[in-house]
Amino acid sequence: MMRLERRHEASRAALVLAPIGAVAFTMLVSALLVLWAGAPVGRTYALLLQGGFGSVFAWSETLTRAVPLILTGLAATVAFKARLFNIGAEGQLFAGALAAVAVGGMHGGTGFELAPWLLFPLMMLAAAVAGALLLLGPALMKNELGVDEVVTTLLINFIVLLGVSALLDGPMKDPAAMGWPQSVSLQPDLELGKLIAQTRVHTGLVWAVSLAVMVWAIFKYTVLGFDIRAMGANARAAEFAGVPVTRTVVLVALLSGALAGLAGAIEVAGRTSYVTLDMSPGYGYTGIVIAMLAGLHPLGVIAAGVFVAGVLVGADTMSRAVGVPTYIADVIVAASLIAVLVATLLTQYRVRMK
Amino acid sequence: MTDLLDILANPAFWVAVLRIATPLILGTLGVLLCERAGVLNLGIEGIMVAGAFTGWLAVYAGAPLGVGVGAAALTGMVFGLLHAFLTVGLALSQHVSGLGITLLATALSYFGYRVSFPKVNTPPTIAPFAPMEWLPVPILNAQTSLTLFALLLVPAVAWVLYRTPLGLALRMVGENPQAAESQGVSVAATRTGAIVAGSALMGVAGSFLTLSAFNAFFFNMVNGRGWICVALVVFASWRPGKALLGALLFAFFDALQLRLQQSGDAVLPYQIYLMLPYLLSILALVLVARKASYPQALMKPYRKGER
Amino acid sequence: MSNATVLRLRGITKRFGSLVANDGISLDLQAGEVLALLGENGAGKSTLMSILFGHYVADEGSIEVFGAPLPAGNPKAALAAGVGMVHQHFTLADNLSVLDNVMMGTEPLWRVFSRCAAGRARLLEVAQRFGLPVQPDAMVGNLSVGERQRVEILKALYRGARILILDEPTAVLTPQESEALFATLAQMVAQGLSVIFISHKLGEVLRVSQRIAVLRGGKLVAEARTAETTQAQLALWMVGHAVEAPRRRPARSVGDAVCVLDHVSTASAKDERQDHSSALREVSLTLRAGEITTIAGVSGNGQVALAELLCGTRRATSGTAQLMGRTLPPSPARLVQRGVARIPEDRHAVGVVGDLPVWENAVSERLRSPVFSRWSWFVRRAAARLHARRIEIAFDVRGAGLMAPARSLSGGNMQKLILGRALLAPEQAEDVDNKKYPTRAPRLIVAHQPTWGLDIGAVAYVQQQLIAARDAGAAVLVISDDLDEVLALGDRVAVMHGGHLGEARPTAAWTREAIGLAMAGATMTAQQPVAGALP
Repeated sequence: MMRLERRHEASRAALVLAPIGAVAFTMLVSALLVLWAGAPVGRTYALLLQGGFGSVFAWSETLTRAVPLILTGLAATVAFKARLFNIGAEGQLFAGALAAVAVGGMHGGTGFELAPWLLFPLMMLAAAVAGALLLLGPALMKNELGVDEVVTTLLINFIVLLGVSALLDGPMKDPAAMGWPQSVSLQPDLELGKLIAQTRVHTGLVWAVSLAVMVWAIFKYTVLGFDIRAMGANARAAEFAGVPVTRTVVLVALLSGALAGLAGAIEVAGRTSYVTLDMSPGYGYTGIVIAMLAGLHPLGVIAAGVFVAGVLVGADTMSRAVGVPTYIADVIVAASLIAVLVATLLTQYRVRMK
Repeated sequence: MTDLLDILANPAFWVAVLRIATPLILGTLGVLLCERAGVLNLGIEGIMVAGAFTGWLAVYAGAPLGVGVGAAALTGMVFGLLHAFLTVGLALSQHVSGLGITLLATALSYFGYRVSFPKVNTPPTIAPFAPMEWLPVPILNAQTSLTLFALLLVPAVAWVLYRTPLGLALRMVGENPQAAESQGVSVAATRTGAIVAGSALMGVAGSFLTLSAFNAFFFNMVNGRGWICVALVVFASWRPGKALLGALLFAFFDALQLRLQQSGDAVLPYQIYLMLPYLLSILALVLVARKASYPQALMKPYRKGER
Repeated sequence: MSNATVLRLRGITKRFGSLVANDGISLDLQAGEVLALLGENGAGKSTLMSILFGHYVADEGSIEVFGAPLPAGNPKAALAAGVGMVHQHFTLADNLSVLDNVMMGTEPLWRVFSRCAAGRARLLEVAQRFGLPVQPDAMVGNLSVGERQRVEILKALYRGARILILDEPTAVLTPQESEALFATLAQMVAQGLSVIFISHKLGEVLRVSQRIAVLRGGKLVAEARTAETTQAQLALWMVGHAVEAPRRRPARSVGDAVCVLDHVSTASAKDERQDHSSALREVSLTLRAGEITTIAGVSGNGQVALAELLCGTRRATSGTAQLMGRTLPPSPARLVQRGVARIPEDRHAVGVVGDLPVWENAVSERLRSPVFSRWSWFVRRAAARLHARRIEIAFDVRGAGLMAPARSLSGGNMQKLILGRALLAPEQAEDVDNKKYPTRAPRLIVAHQPTWGLDIGAVAYVQQQLIAARDAGAAVLVISDDLDEVLALGDRVAVMHGGHLGEARPTAAWTREAIGLAMAGATMTAQQPVAGALP
């Protein structure tokens, strides 16, 4: 019925146009959902785009929302590039957030008071380590035992969320929060400063962009980057060429988990200052979509992250005005993933009907 | 210890075990069919949500319960067809395609629910399946007909797999697709059929939650059961009989953990007990990993005519 | 034996992109004859047969089987018309039984009961008729190679095939197992079947067939009666110009031992069959500088384990393995550092990372050395690209350029890239401590099936490079299942069977028969071969 023929070259233009075309197609199809909700399609999309990108305020909200998305997108990019399917970014994010609060709000339980300039890097480090360790287990299980990391990382997400819930009910509960399950807050001097005054945009954005550039540089200019790309493309050939497979798997897991952990810490330090159960509406999973939209390119993750953030923010605004449920944003994001897969395939193969 | 014995001696406990096991049996059989044909279907979590929603919605709109189940199965088949198109037709990554479908099916279901009921705070209910009181078998007669269906499905699937030409073709397609193709069996058609059938079962598994176990649709209802089914298939070495065993074993521990929480002896926070099912699943995967005899063509895309 | 034409191919043409695999081929097959389809690797034989069997669709041309046109691209139709194919790489499911493999696809899919008993009876009857004993309930994964081939043949015979296509069937058999196969062929012909026998081995073709068709570069260049032609004439048709019998150039001066294996054993790899064929059993071998040692043997007798041991991707579980006086390191990176050049068996799956550009593949083994990276962390891209360019020039690697993905290279060019990567030492860099990473020519070369799948020109080039490396003082190990190559290249030859390595003797001390027996695991005593795997 359908046959795929490999094309000889994929032009650079095609590789950039593919995700854009895919997203455009997705939004077209999602118009059906808008109709189902009984809202006018044109106005709905206009409000969506305006809400995300139409004013300085909209942009400030979008950029704020983009920070964790870029970071989880980077986490997914690093892992997927090495064919390590890290679906656990959600759990790693929460682990990082908890670690940040434990160190920065509770002094790690030690009661010691350290100067903020010392405590801040420790806090970030703790978050990175928490996320990294959470992914290390599944990564090693895959490398040594052949256990599929998709299922293990997914199951760990549920475990972590339950753990967060238990900690928020117990040891890490903020006694001043009037029964609401949220954690102790960070020390105020550990919070991230504002990037743009009178908005919610915080310096976490600088962190996110810098880390994206760092990951890009690693891929392009370092031996580790080569090892990751080679292993992801062909693990046997990589091993033959001398790539230290286990060491690379470990480094990828640590790096990917750390990025997701930092996403949690930066959200806490920049936006909320404490941990709640609903602080992440699925950022970990959305990060995967962003990584695919970006074609696993670290710099593309910045653009994809901002775009998806805009859609999510715009959907909130639009929903309040027109009544279309905010879940339409999730539909658009999920459908974009599938559309991008197909579009990328079409850049490499021609489809022939028989 | 006596608490434990008390729990085990109470028939209500075993009723709960069977009830918890039913969606797992159905879901695991669904994944089993797909994977035996060589395709990993990670859309199960989303398909279960979608099945739960459409089944329930159909009954809420006035259809009889059987039609509700049929609607859920149909929903599963539609998403299964999409997965087959992406992974068999286009040979895309089975991992990412499945995840995409889970995200899509879940988002569509939640969207649909909110569109249909924008302002409700308590979820509207329906009249679920009634227990099969006409059955003379204890514990079983406290279950609904979907449970009986699930239990009977196990030997049925085993029969099809091992004693019919269709089952042999399905297994061959999952072991060596080139061989199947050379012997006149269409790999694409067989895999698509297996995925669609498996996804239908996944949809029905979801509908059990809203039409039998509970009587309304909640957000986060499925709560990782789909992933647990994927783990159970590995634990079951892709055999229907062992799948039933695995589902029952798992349900046993799940029901036990619930009872222990409620028995008032709970020393640990309740969340720790809730973690048990997921921890057990990971443990099961690790234990079986070394010996796993995978269908040899699992997760390898087959492109006809490409050397 | 009637002279009815059972198969008629007319004007078959097939293109893959710009490559014309088959160009207007027309061929007839008569009833009760064995037609040999001869040609070197890449001549288009397998493509032609794949079209006949329905794996591919021809761009032009027609096929008639027993007088009726054959629908294209449909193995089911081919099977129904009585055409059966025994593939070079067996299409069997290891986790299913012999009976399952044979019966699959023979019954309508809607049937509720599979007729196992009847199928079993029929299988046993066919097996008896053609002298191919099998056990229907054995798991295919547990069978030997010869037994698996029998199942593969039975699959076709069970379906009542009247035309049988055998694609390079002796590639995986010992000379004695090949004899058994030839006997089976004679039986088939006696029962009225017609056979197309694809091969690139001249001797076999002359033995087995009544007519020979020669393909070269996708075209049919000659057809002849076997009785009326000679090896030399066939070789000429196959290659297009006179071919000299390969002349061995003897080693000039043999130096010290470079690599010594003493009673080394390994385990089987996780994805291999866990039996004697995929592990080494107490192997002892000495490789000396300035000498080529070739390992003969049918594929699947432990060669992969030996190659992987010397390439650093498999560990020894017992015994001692020494490289230039120190223990053989179990790591590819360190082997390269110590001067070992490695050419893997599978250039696509192991030799290069296809998605990465050619220049990165050219330095992939040495990336960690100071020549190509600062502090083993930052890649010196300019130096790397320069070295890649040197390889490209010195080894004549032609393709879409250094930045193109490595998978775009043709087989021959990919092998040249791999050779260049292994053999060409990087230039001394000035700002680098060269004492720790000396950049001289390799001391040991490990080549596993280095000429597999290459055309004659590339084969000659590779063999030349290996001989040149030997003359420059390296110890060379060539593992090959091509007996002609083994005898042509080797100064000493050892035979591998069932994970054991026989004693390495000078080439002149071997006869073809002795090697054949050793490959089958038998040993020579006086004149009579001792029973080994003889049928």
